[in-house]
Amino acid sequence: MMESMENTRLLLAKDLVIALENNDETKADEILDQISGMRESMLFQEVGRLTRQLHDTMNSFALDSKMVELTSKDIPDAKERLHYVIAMTEQAANQTMQVIEDLSPISQALNDQANELSNKWDRFLAKDMPFEEFKNMSQEITAHFAQTKERVANVQAGLTDILMAQGFQDITGQIIRRVIDLVQEMEHSMVELVRLSGGKMKAGVVAKELELPGPVVPGVDDRENDVATNQDDVDDLLSSLGF
Amino acid sequence: MKILVVDDFSTMRRIVKNLLRDLGFTNTFEADDGKTALPMLKDGSYDFLVTDWNMPGMTGIDLLKAVRADPKLVNLPVLMVTAEAKREQIILAAQMGVNGYVIKPFTAATLREKIEKIFERIDKAGA
Repeated sequence: MMESMENTRLLLAKDLVIALENNDETKADEILDQISGMRESMLFQEVGRLTRQLHDTMNSFALDSKMVELTSKDIPDAKERLHYVIAMTEQAANQTMQVIEDLSPISQALNDQANELSNKWDRFLAKDMPFEEFKNMSQEITAHFAQTKERVANVQAGLTDILMAQGFQDITGQIIRRVIDLVQEMEHSMVELVRLSGGKMKAGVVAKELELPGPVVPGVDDRENDVATNQDDVDDLLSSLGF
Repeated sequence: MKILVVDDFSTMRRIVKNLLRDLGFTNTFEADDGKTALPMLKDGSYDFLVTDWNMPGMTGIDLLKAVRADPKLVNLPVLMVTAEAKREQIILAAQMGVNGYVIKPFTAATLREKIEKIFERIDKAGA
């Protein structure tokens, strides 16, 4: 291409010399126009090339700023979120084990008391119990009923606490999903970066879908002060709306 | 009292169902998102809906909109139990006609209180 252009220019120059030697002004002007036209088209090509280069640079710059945001904001956020997941799972595990540790002696005591009374009751049925002991046993049975009611109520409350502690699975699941999304986004950006540095043209960056903010992670999501951090906040807000 | 519990996490549906059982409500059913819940509500004659917000398929807020747009369901009491805690989201849910809003993580006492409040208001309106 370049060679044929050089060739054409050489031929045109020779023609120009001939035209000038022959005093053919019209022909000479015509050839000069042709040569300058060629120069212009080369200039346009060059401008086009520069424009493309600028466009690519701008694109890679946009990607750079995305990477900057990922590294400076999203990754520290993700770390905070994962720390919160550890804290929540730890809390749930401790809450559950605490209830079990509290309830085990209660269950053991109920069992011991029932066994003791059951043995005495068998002796009573076998008519193997003096009256004085029977009187004591009736008192013990009365006390046993009262204690059982109280202890079973404690067990019931503990079971509800264990149930509530399992709420961590939903919350941490939602948080981990978000971190997975971030990892995917990073993967996408890095692939684009590799592609760009390889000099190939890249497709447009996929627009991120607008998503729901999800569980509030303390220190990450409450910085803007636009979230309700507890149920009282929610209740205050709703009552200010006439609820 | 027939109740539908909608949440994409089965653990949370189980927690809510168990708490409702403790409150004496045993006729409870489950759905994992709005898309599954809406047809159930339309032909199920439910008395109460407990829903999460952030779910794949159809979110809880879209389910609430659909419920309020249906002449048969327009008065169905709806309690939202969600981790979504932005003020603008709570306001949006209120504008869409939610009857109560509980943020996760919540306590058994909070859920009990909100449910009792909703039925108290309904009883008052009915009397």
